[in-house]
Amino acid sequence: MKKLILLVVGIVFGIIMYKSEAASWFRIYEMFRFESFHMYGIIGTALFFGIIFTQLVKKFKVKSFDGEPIVIPNKKATRYNYILGGTIFGLGWALVGACPGPIFVMIGAGFLPMLIVLAGAILGTYLYGVLKDKLPH
Amino acid sequence: MDFLFNPWPWYVSGFLIALTLLVLLLLGKRFGMSSNLRTLCAICGAGKKTPFFNFDWKSESWNLIVVVGAIMGGYIGAHFLSDGSMPEISEATKVSLEQLHISEQNTYLPKELFSIESFSDYKTILVLLIGGLLIGFGTRYAGGCTSGHAISGLSNLQLPSLIAVIGFFIGGLIMVHVLFPLIF
Repeated sequence: MKKLILLVVGIVFGIIMYKSEAASWFRIYEMFRFESFHMYGIIGTALFFGIIFTQLVKKFKVKSFDGEPIVIPNKKATRYNYILGGTIFGLGWALVGACPGPIFVMIGAGFLPMLIVLAGAILGTYLYGVLKDKLPH
Repeated sequence: MDFLFNPWPWYVSGFLIALTLLVLLLLGKRFGMSSNLRTLCAICGAGKKTPFFNFDWKSESWNLIVVVGAIMGGYIGAHFLSDGSMPEISEATKVSLEQLHISEQNTYLPKELFSIESFSDYKTILVLLIGGLLIGFGTRYAGGCTSGHAISGLSNLQLPSLIAVIGFFIGGLIMVHVLFPLIF
């Protein structure tokens, strides 16, 4: 049952990504040129409600559907990895116009060259795993 | 049905993304897409040589179900809920496309990068592969992507996520304003 719900969440998420146009290279390009409010509106609205939902869940110690306490882990208090990793990701995001979610959504939409991006992303993740201990964090 | 078929306004999309985050929290899960890439590495056996991938990937397999859903959602969005047309971006952005040799008359994604002909063009393959490498390496180094940091992390008021998102923009701005004229 839970698997089915997760599948539906994924389907709805994929449709949202497609229909919001957040999965389109053109919208990402436009965002980094500051020539439209569209993407900032999406991220801003998502954050506005995201903050409310997350803080309510924490404040009222809401339990999950299973009755377990909901634990939202804090991010590790390092610095360099966030700014360096973030910048590297930003370069890729702008180049191919897709972050990890939309990569999958666009493969489903039939843009098969996105499979090359996915292969690169898996390889990049692997490279990070190999080099992890040599990088500043 | 028009409201479904037309592109969705930003406030509807933004709210629904937050709702996705909430439902995943209530299911006892997290909203984060890039960790699936690590899981895929682990499934491919990367854990034998590299400790970073030596974890119980089955405990993360729930997120792959979300990924399968996202792929299906992309199919539904493209085939049943739209005509695949190019987003109505601003005039200024449209005009600037010419310098990149990307057509103003286009599809949902630029055909110059994502049509089937890309598979037979070495330069395009290289661009897509390098883009993917940067995404995979960068997200894992930063510990999250747009969903994990910009939405989940910032919603949880995490300073590291703010630093990561500033990084996303530094990288994106360098790419679009400095490197695009050299690449395209």
